[in-house]
Amino acid sequence: MLGFLIQRILQAALVVLAMSALVFAGVFAIGNPIDVLISPDATQDIRAATIAKYGFDRPLWEQYFTFLGRALHGDFGQSFVYNMPVGRLILSRLPATLELTLAAVLGATLLGVPLGMYAGYRPQSRFSKAVMALSILGFSVPTFWVGLVLIFAFAVNLGWLPAGGRGATAPLFGVEWSFLTADGLQHMILPAINLALFKFALMIRLARAGTREAMLTDTVKFARAAGLSERTVLLRHVLRLIAIPLVTVFGLEFGSTLAFAVVTETIFSWPGLGKLIIDSITSLDRPVMVAYLMLVALFFIVINLAVDLSYAALDPRMRKGRA
Amino acid sequence: MSAPLLDVSGLETQFPTRDGVVRAVNGVSFTVNRGEILGLVGESGSGKSVTGFSLIGLVDAPGRIAAGSVKLDGRDIVGLPNDELRAIRGKRISMVFQDPSMTLNPVLTVGDQMLLALRAHERISAGDGRRRCVAALEQVGIPDPGRRLDSYPHQFSGGMRQRVAIAIALLHKPDLVIADEPTTALDVSIQAQILTEMKALARDTGTAMIWISHDLATVSSMADRIAVMYAGRIVESGPTATVLRDPRHPYTRGLLDSLPAIAQAGEDLASIPGTTPSLLKLPPGCPFAPRCPRAQPVCANEPPLAVEGDRTFLCHFPLGVRA
Ligand SMILES: Nc1ncnc2c1ncn2[C@@H]1O[C@H](COP(=O)(O)OP(=O)(O)O)[C@@H](O)[C@H]1O
Ligand SMILES: [Mg+2]
Repeated sequence: MLGFLIQRILQAALVVLAMSALVFAGVFAIGNPIDVLISPDATQDIRAATIAKYGFDRPLWEQYFTFLGRALHGDFGQSFVYNMPVGRLILSRLPATLELTLAAVLGATLLGVPLGMYAGYRPQSRFSKAVMALSILGFSVPTFWVGLVLIFAFAVNLGWLPAGGRGATAPLFGVEWSFLTADGLQHMILPAINLALFKFALMIRLARAGTREAMLTDTVKFARAAGLSERTVLLRHVLRLIAIPLVTVFGLEFGSTLAFAVVTETIFSWPGLGKLIIDSITSLDRPVMVAYLMLVALFFIVINLAVDLSYAALDPRMRKGRA
Repeated sequence: MSAPLLDVSGLETQFPTRDGVVRAVNGVSFTVNRGEILGLVGESGSGKSVTGFSLIGLVDAPGRIAAGSVKLDGRDIVGLPNDELRAIRGKRISMVFQDPSMTLNPVLTVGDQMLLALRAHERISAGDGRRRCVAALEQVGIPDPGRRLDSYPHQFSGGMRQRVAIAIALLHKPDLVIADEPTTALDVSIQAQILTEMKALARDTGTAMIWISHDLATVSSMADRIAVMYAGRIVESGPTATVLRDPRHPYTRGLLDSLPAIAQAGEDLASIPGTTPSLLKLPPGCPFAPRCPRAQPVCANEPPLAVEGDRTFLCHFPLGVRA
């Protein structure tokens, strides 16, 4: 187990390193940030001084190694636009995205899996057909459109919920969170629903397909023949049998939403990572882009590791080295 | 003689399909006395499993019991509400299936699965439940049962897995165990072991059994009485020794002739010519007539049920009977 972890951490370090090199080269190719850093009518002297200050006159590999050396000490440079350390900038945005993503993915799973299991258990019932229709809707309607409809309906027309922003926040572990205040929670509802809809549809589909298949297995027949109630069969046998794909998709969706909640965050002016990366791309804020993409790689590595570990927890046949 | 434990009469189980109604069980009648082992034998597809599932009300949808009765201690259990059937399953009638690697849940420990089966019918503390499970595993000859309770099915050999399934079936000391080809998926040497052990278990606990197999040799080593099934009907039944020595139905004769032990060495095994008829379009009259060496035009009429002492047969031209 320990060996497995060490191996995975080494792998992770390699992936992040490779990612940093790719991103660094890629971002370099996008454009020269010098034009955003100084005003167009600055003198040649100022221009040269700025270039020297940021090291843009050095060869790419040298810039990369300078960056890498600093990054190892936790210094990802200064944001050109916000004029603050990139690490701090990203960390200040992370909680907003984290809480929104968690709310969306957890909500989608906790609601979608039971509905999907029911739809798989009773595929012919009218309720199941309604659930499936809902999931098709969740798949096919674009996120930005749903976001706009939500705002139009619940914020503008009905006036029930706020249309954007994080609302009031409260500190926990030295970080500000919206979910700790009633106002913040209200602000979370619409963007969370917007983010959750696709995942909700996905979870319904997965749970339904898994349940349909599991209900036909001899495992379920045998459990029924032993007199287990349908409820016990579903909750104790079927749920465990279908857990692995659910956990996998949970992890993937969690990671990708954390990294790319851009559309929703933009529509709802949610000050999270997605908005930050979009802003940094339009302003060619190179250090933010590089650090952000490395962070995304790290997210996926950590999530994949968590998913792998939960496989072992969920399916004993995947545990190695234990007979 | 006392009333039989199980009295099945005129049982018909049908599956509506796109191509028509599959009459998988087509008017089956038999009885099982307390402590008796009834062997149900017939080619694959003859309706043995569906008969077994019909007895505990677990016919796969959209199949249904269209006619007949299944009396358990005199009380008809066909069409009982599901919770009453559930109270019978595992408690009074339990079932063991063919492939133990498919019946046990791969992601739950054997102990958890046994406890679920125990709690389907009893309120029992975890500690008492564990003791009961250990005793049950011990009874079916699993070494070191206390430790094995925390193992997963894949950590057992095929034979041991089937013993676990048998232990689960015996947990509540049922009156009847339906064993549906329980040794077919196992190695020959282990088959023999399990046959002997199950026979002894049935005798010691006074449990009656319906032993289902396509293999006449297996059935004849187990059963007190046998019933030969063909195309959804029981074509011949009687005490095992009598039927084997002196079969009345040409189909039984055919099965006997295809047994390796009975054919002379060097002689080809006589297999029955032709194939089992489609249950969708059964010929009128005797379903075996198209393959029968003794068939006459009259076989297109329903054969009469002949009762001769303790044996029955369904044939216009039975063997060994002077016309
Ligand atoms: N769910 C089902 N739908 C349609 N036909 C079925 C179903 N289950 C069984 N049958 C049919 O019933 C017949 C008897 O099957 P079965 O009892 O499993 O045979 P056996 O156990 O003797 O091999 C087969 O012809 C099979 O095609
Ligand atoms: Mg069968």
